[in-house]
Formats: sequence, structure tokens, C-alpha cells
Amino acid sequence: MIEGISIYEILSLSSVLFFIGIYGFFTRENLIMVLMSIELILNAAAINFVIINTYLYPDFLQGAIFSIFIIALAAAETALAIAIIINLYKLVSSVEVKDTEIMKY
Amino acid sequence: MERILFYILAVLMIVFAIATVSSRKVLRAVMFLLFVLMGISGIYFLIDYSFLGAIQIVVYGGGVVVLFIFSVLLIHHIELELEVTPLKKKISAGILSAIGLGITLWAILTYPFKTVNTYQSIEVEDIGRKLLSYEDGGYILPFEVISVLLLAVMIGAIVIAKGKQLGLKEGEDGIENRE
Repeated sequence: MIEGISIYEILSLSSVLFFIGIYGFFTRENLIMVLMSIELILNAAAINFVIINTYLYPDFLQGAIFSIFIIALAAAETALAIAIIINLYKLVSSVEVKDTEIMKY
Repeated sequence: MERILFYILAVLMIVFAIATVSSRKVLRAVMFLLFVLMGISGIYFLIDYSFLGAIQIVVYGGGVVVLFIFSVLLIHHIELELEVTPLKKKISAGILSAIGLGITLWAILTYPFKTVNTYQSIEVEDIGRKLLSYEDGGYILPFEVISVLLLAVMIGAIVIAKGKQLGLKEGEDGIENRE
């Protein structure tokens, strides 16, 4: 835990980050920017896991381990989504959300 | 001292996060996102979980952000500016997220958390033993699942990003080419 900082302050920080990510997810029209907002959301969630582990249950390690899994999942998701976006750009020459209305079949 | 450091990090992270979702130049938005992610790793270092802080720097600073920059440079012109989002959409999204933030903050600030005061830093050794233990409370199964998932993602990303078979011209089928 951080000296002089209560759990409320850190949880408030992470929820502010989370909802900034939500705002970006709603307003952005470019697929890469949407992906970046998702990164913000996932990172805010990972902070919460670690903070609740260290402040409330320091004898257990569940939160610490699950935050590692969250980071691995976020990296995997980003790599796959960027592959899809690049392929989509080859097909429709655009990465705007409004242009992605066709599917393969 | 740690208190001041935390507040500096918090202000920087919030400012750069807002810049990330509102900047109109794509490459700048990616750099702002990098600053936010580094701030989060600073938080991990502050609560003495240096292993995750290091992972955060390596995975995000070294992997994800570079991937973003590559894809931005492949897809956009470097000075390209994004379309302006309609003001109506911005306002409605802002109101929605403000309501969500209000409800979440209210729920957090009114809940009496029973904080434990025993100080304990998270050791890498414990994490490693826990991840590879197959006894009660071990995490060997999710660990293996994650490794299989990463392998699948690696193959999937190559297959998807490559698209059509290399060396084929337009209108040609793969089978015809092999003959």
C-alpha cells in the first residue's frame, strides 16, 4: 500500500480513467482510436485488481495474478484486432467505423 | 513523499487520458496513451509490486504502443487529422459517462472498506510459485490456457493480416497457381 493514500483515492482515480475510456469508446469514429480506448478501460480494471488485493487481502495473491492475466489478454486482443484492422484496410481502404458494414459472406 | 508522487502521477494520468480521447492527431494520441500507461506502471511501483510494473513497461511500452504506431503509419498519412465528432454525439457521450462516473464514485465512497494495515509487498517468488502450483489455489490451469491463447493469437494474427496468399495475382486461384 502507498503511505498516506487511502483506498478511496486510488479507486476514484481508476474509475475516472475507466470512464474517460468509455467516453472515447463512444465518441471516436476511427477503429484504432476505439482500440486505444479499450486499452484505457482494461488498464483501469487491472489497477483495481491490484489495489483491492494489497489493501484488503494482503495475504492472498489472487488480484496480483489476475492482473498479469489481464495484461496478457489485453496484448493478445490488441494484436488480433490490429491484424483485422489492417486486413480491413486492404478490403475497403478505410478504418472508419461507419465504413465497416460488409462482412466476408 | 509518496503521497506527493501519487498525486503528480494521478493528475498527469488524467490529463493525458483526456488528451488521448480528444486529440485529433492519431500519432499524438498514441504517445499520450503511452504516457498514461507509464503512469499506471508508476502506480504499480508505488504499491511495491515491481514485477507488474516491469511487465507493464515491457508489454505496453515495448509491444502494444509500437504495434499501434506501426498500424497508424501503415494506414494513415503521418499528419492526418481525424474527422471532428459531431457535438451532439460528444455531449450525449459525455453526459452518459459523467452519470456512470457519478454512480461509481458514489458507490465507492460510501462503501466502508475494511482496510488491513499490515504492510506486505508482493514478491516475485510467491507469484511464480503460485502460478506453477497445481495444488489447491494454484494457477497452473489458467497459466496454460493463457499460453495456448497466446499461441492461437500469434497464428491467427499472421493468417488474418496476410490476407490472400502471397505471390498470387488478382483473380487467380490458389489451386490454379500450384498447377
